[in-house]
Amino acid sequence: MANTQGTTGLLGWIDDRFPLTKMWREHMGAYYAPKNFNIWYYFGALSLLVLINQIVTGVWLTMSYKPSAAEAFASVEYIMRDVPWGWLIRYMHSTGASAFFIVVYLHMYRGLLYGSYKGPRELIWIFGCLIYVALMAEAFMGYLLPWGQMSYWGAQVIISLFGAIPGIGEDLTLWIRGDYVVSDATLNRFFALHVIALPIVLLGLVVAHILALHEVGSNNPDGVEIKKKKDENGIPLDGIPFHPYYSVKDLFGFSVFFLFFALVVFFAPEMGGYFLEHANFVPADPLKTPEHIAPVWYFTPFYAILRAVPDKLGGVIAMGGAIVVLFLLPWLDRSPVKSIRYRGYLYKGALAAFTVAFLILGYLGALPPSPGRTLLAQLCSLVYFLFFFLMPIYTKMDTTKAVPERVTYK
Amino acid sequence: MRTLIIALILTMSPGFAVAAGGEGYHLDQANIDPENHASLQRGARLFVNYCMGCHSAQHQRYNRFARDARLTDAQVADNLIFTGAKVGDRMENAMPKADAARWFGAPPPDLTLTARSRGADWLYTYLRTFYRDPTRPLGANNAVFAQVGMPNVLWELQGWQEPVFKTELDAEGNEKQVLEGFEVVEAGSMTPVEFDRAMRDLVNFMSYMAEPVALERKSLGVKVVLFLILMIVVFYLLKKEYWKDVH
Amino acid sequence: MSSFAADNIDVRRRRFLTAAATVVGGVGVAYLAAPFLVSWSPSERAQAAGAPVEVDISKLEPGQLVTVEWRGKPVWVVRRTEKQLEELPTLDDQLRDPYSEVTTQQPPYAQNQDRSLKPEYLVMIGICTHLGCSPTYRPEVAPEDLGASWRGGFFCPCHGSRFDMAGRVYKSVPAPTNMPVPPHNYVTDTRIVVGVDTETA
Repeated sequence: MANTQGTTGLLGWIDDRFPLTKMWREHMGAYYAPKNFNIWYYFGALSLLVLINQIVTGVWLTMSYKPSAAEAFASVEYIMRDVPWGWLIRYMHSTGASAFFIVVYLHMYRGLLYGSYKGPRELIWIFGCLIYVALMAEAFMGYLLPWGQMSYWGAQVIISLFGAIPGIGEDLTLWIRGDYVVSDATLNRFFALHVIALPIVLLGLVVAHILALHEVGSNNPDGVEIKKKKDENGIPLDGIPFHPYYSVKDLFGFSVFFLFFALVVFFAPEMGGYFLEHANFVPADPLKTPEHIAPVWYFTPFYAILRAVPDKLGGVIAMGGAIVVLFLLPWLDRSPVKSIRYRGYLYKGALAAFTVAFLILGYLGALPPSPGRTLLAQLCSLVYFLFFFLMPIYTKMDTTKAVPERVTYK
Repeated sequence: MRTLIIALILTMSPGFAVAAGGEGYHLDQANIDPENHASLQRGARLFVNYCMGCHSAQHQRYNRFARDARLTDAQVADNLIFTGAKVGDRMENAMPKADAARWFGAPPPDLTLTARSRGADWLYTYLRTFYRDPTRPLGANNAVFAQVGMPNVLWELQGWQEPVFKTELDAEGNEKQVLEGFEVVEAGSMTPVEFDRAMRDLVNFMSYMAEPVALERKSLGVKVVLFLILMIVVFYLLKKEYWKDVH
Repeated sequence: MSSFAADNIDVRRRRFLTAAATVVGGVGVAYLAAPFLVSWSPSERAQAAGAPVEVDISKLEPGQLVTVEWRGKPVWVVRRTEKQLEELPTLDDQLRDPYSEVTTQQPPYAQNQDRSLKPEYLVMIGICTHLGCSPTYRPEVAPEDLGASWRGGFFCPCHGSRFDMAGRVYKSVPAPTNMPVPPHNYVTDTRIVVGVDTETA
C-alpha cells in the first residue's frame, strides 16, 4: 500500500511514521533553487561545513582539555604533544574558528550585494544576524579556554566593557566573571557556555535560518523572484532541484575550501599571529599585561570602532550599535530592486565606501592606537554608520535599472 | 567617492610604515635548520647544561626528543638527563618557584614555548647580546630585553662584551644614545663564530621544542594537498557533467 | 518548460564520475576519520606512566607477595615455597587449563608447569579474568571459609573464582581462563622488570 509520498517497503513504513521522504523532497530533491547562483552562493553551505568541523573537533578537544585555571594551559599543550593526532584536531579547531568568520563575513556580504535581506526574506536575515551574534559570543568564550596571556587579557578587556553600563556596570562585570578578576570560575563557566549552551543556540538558529530560507525560496544574483514564473507542474521556470545540481556544486566548493583549509592547518596554523596570537603561547598571568593587546582579527573592526570613541560608555554604545544596526537593514533599504546589478551609482558607491571603511577598521583594530590612526578610525566609523543611517535616503534617490522578468544565465 | 578612497589609503600608508618598522635593536637571523639532527642534539645538550639549572621545559618529554632527533632512549638518558628523571618524563627542573622568585625577582619562565611566543630570531639575538652593565644587580643587561633579570649564564663560552653606543638625533632634534654593537673585552672559551653556531643550535632545539610536530605536519600537509587537488578535479568533472542538464 | 532536463546524457560517463567521486570522497572521509579514532589510544603521558617498572625481589621471603603497579594495574610477584611448587602438578585434573594452552594469558616463556621464568617467582597481573576484580592472596591450606580442598592460591571475592598458586583457574568457577602473566625479565638475579620481554635500555 503506497502512502502520500508514494513510497513502499521499509521506506514506506518509515514515511507512514516519520516525514523522511517529505523532508528530503522539501529540502533537497524538490527544493528548487535559482539556476544562476554564482561564487558568492558557496559560502552558506561552507558555513554549515565549518560548523560541523567545529562541533566534531570541539567534541574531541573536550576529551582532553581541562577547564581549570591551574590545568588549562598545560592541557592544551598536552593535546598538542601527547594526545595522538591532538595537534591536528586542535589546529583544525583553531583554524576553523577563523575560517568560520571568513565564510560568514563573505556570506553576509553576499546579502549586501544582492539584497538578500529584503522582503520576503527579512526573517532569514534576522536569524542570520542572531547567528552572527551567537558566533561572536562563542568565539569570544572559546578564546579564553587556552588560558594564554591573550586569552586572559582579551577576556579582561571585553568583560570590562560591560562596566560602562551606567549604574549596574560594575556589579554586572563581577557577576559575569564570578570573581574580582577573570579567574578559574570565569574559565569554567565560559567552558560550559562554549561547549554546551551556545552550540545548542547556534544549531537552533541555523535550523531556523534554513527553514525560513526554504519557506520563501532563495534569492539570486539578479534579485528576481523565480516563484513568479512557474511551469504547468508548479516548478519555477528558473529553478533547478537542489539535489543533484547544487549538491554536486557544493561538493566541489567543499573540496576547494578543504584545500585552502589544509594549507593553513598544515603550513601556517598560526597564520603569522592572526589565527593563533604569539602572546597566547605564554600562560595567563594576572599580574602582567602583554605589551600590546589586540583581539583576534575577526573582532578588530568592532574593536576599532570601540577605540575610536573617546568615551567609555560612548565606545561601548558605538560598538554595540555597529552590530545592532545590521538587524535593521531590511527596513533601511528603500530601493525597489534587490541586486546590485540593477542599482545605481549611489548604492554602489556607498557599498564601496562601506567595504573600504570596514577593511580599514579591521586593520586598525589590530594595531596599537596612535593619534593619526584614531582619527582615521573615527572617519571610518562615521562611514560605517552613515552607510546605514543614510540608506533610506540614498536608496530612494538612486536611479535603478529595469529588472528582467527571468534570471540571466550564461 | 573615488578620491575619498584614495585619500583614505594615503592616510593609512604612514600607519603601515610605522607598523613594519618597529623600534629597538635589530634582530639577527637565526637561520635554523630543524632537519639537522646533529644541531638539535647539540642544542639539547646546551639546553640541559645551561638553561635547565633554572628553567624547565615542562611540556617536552625526553623520549619524544629522542624519537624526533633520531637518538635512542638510552642515549638521551645518558647524555641529557641529570635530574634522575625517566626518559618518559617531561623536562622539569628541581628549582623551587618561590626561591627562584626571590633570587631573580620573578621565577624563571618555562621555556617550552618561548620560541613560539618570541620567535627564533629574537631568541638568537637575545642569547648573543648580553653585555656588561654595572648598574644592574647581576652585572649584565641585554640588547633586546632591557633590564633583563637573567644573569649572563653563557659568559664562560662567550666571554664578556661591552656595548658601543652611537649618538643620534630623535624626531625633536634631541641627542640620544643608540646601541650600535658590541666589543669583546674578555674572551670566552669559544670564538665568536663558534659561539654563534652554538646559539644557533640552542635556538634550533628550542624552536623544535616549541612545536615538535612541525616537521611531520608539513610533510603530511604535502600529501594532503596533493590528495585534495585530485579531489577537486574529480568533483569539478562531476559537477560539470551534471550541470550539462541546466540550460 | 523548466530549466533542467536529464535527457541526452552520457549515462556511462555520469555513472563513472559519480563512482569516482564516491571513491575519492570515501577515501578522504576515511583518512579524516582515522586521526579522530586513533586519538583515543593511550597518549604519551599514559604510555610514560605505563612504562616498564622494576621490582627488587631480594627481600622477598618464601610465601610472600609484593604488589607493584604497572599500567595502573596490580602486578604481583610471589615467592613460592618448595612445597607449593611440588603440589602444582597434583592439581592438574581439577583445573580448566592446566597446561596454559590459552596462549594470550602468558608469554611463551611462561607457558610451563609453574607459569614463570624461574619456578620460585610467580609474576602475574592481579586481575580476575572473570570481570576484573582483584583476587585476594590466600596461601594458607584448607582454611575454614574456603574448604578442606583449598591448597593455597588466589580467591576472587566478587564472584568466587579460584586460582591455584600459578594463577591457573579451577573448573566450575565463573572465570574462564588462567590469570595473565605480563611480559617480564630478570635484569639481575634480584631485579625483575615488568612490562618488557627483554631489557633494551
